[in-house]
Amino acid sequence: MLADILFLAFATAIILGAGTVVLARNPMVGVLGLVFTFLNAAGLFILLQAEFLGLLLIMVYVGAIAVMFLFVLMTIDIDFVKLREGMAAYLPLGAVVMLALLAELLLAAYAAPISGVGNPIGEGADTSAAALGALLFTDYNLPFQMAGLVLLTAMVGAIVLTHRRRSDVKRQNIAKQVLRKPEDSMTLTQPKVGGGVTASHWEPQTVEEK
Amino acid sequence: MFYSITLTHILTLSSVLLVLGLVGIVLNRRNIIAILMCLELILLSANINLVATSHFRADLAGHIFTFFILTVAAAELAIGLAIVTLFFRNRGDIEIDSADRMRG
Repeated sequence: MLADILFLAFATAIILGAGTVVLARNPMVGVLGLVFTFLNAAGLFILLQAEFLGLLLIMVYVGAIAVMFLFVLMTIDIDFVKLREGMAAYLPLGAVVMLALLAELLLAAYAAPISGVGNPIGEGADTSAAALGALLFTDYNLPFQMAGLVLLTAMVGAIVLTHRRRSDVKRQNIAKQVLRKPEDSMTLTQPKVGGGVTASHWEPQTVEEK
Repeated sequence: MFYSITLTHILTLSSVLLVLGLVGIVLNRRNIIAILMCLELILLSANINLVATSHFRADLAGHIFTFFILTVAAAELAIGLAIVTLFFRNRGDIEIDSADRMRG
């Protein structure tokens, strides 16, 4: 009974959070709605005996993805109100299509013959993480490694896409500094008495530009 | 564990979430960041489906799929936001309609 109430609470919160994401005027509010949605989805996962995935959802979505969204939103300077102009132009057609889709999905959901109840974790393992690990490191070992490769590719790709070498800042060139010799920057002269050091004695080596 | 909640209820939740995400894409069709957020909602609805089916069918394969969907979603979002940053740097806005340089 408690699980039912918890499910209803989580489901309501998920729908409300998703509505915030969809309707938010300020995208910052939208990101916070996304965080709210994912926290409640994590609660739902834990309710469905997927503790590991629930915690993973919090770590990945709240910890990484939401922060990434906030970071990008803060670095770009955009008038988001202007982007919402004419947003209702496709709404009538969209509403019809979406309602039809929702009706189809609900028909399918209510026609689904699946109604069993069981414990996905099994008898051998005591936690969801142990059961998942036992499966992930044996049967799904190769896809697991591939997932790591996908993440590596994404990381390299994101860095390659956004990295830029700026030409308007002065940088220290350590190799050039180390290679610099005293003869390049110093001249010894023997000025005559009373003559002083004139410009003719001093011919500094021009430091070549990069 | 559940008294009267069945798989159908959870599938209803994920259907509503999927449609909400699609409505968000239609509504915010000019704002690429909002579209990315709505994509995350759609992926979450798929994850809820998989985890719920896994629970009610006593099969852990759904958890595995959810795990990989999470991985791919994170990778996709990293690349997507990198492209958004690059797009903003080059064009000065993130409006989807302004990405028409290749138009004939």
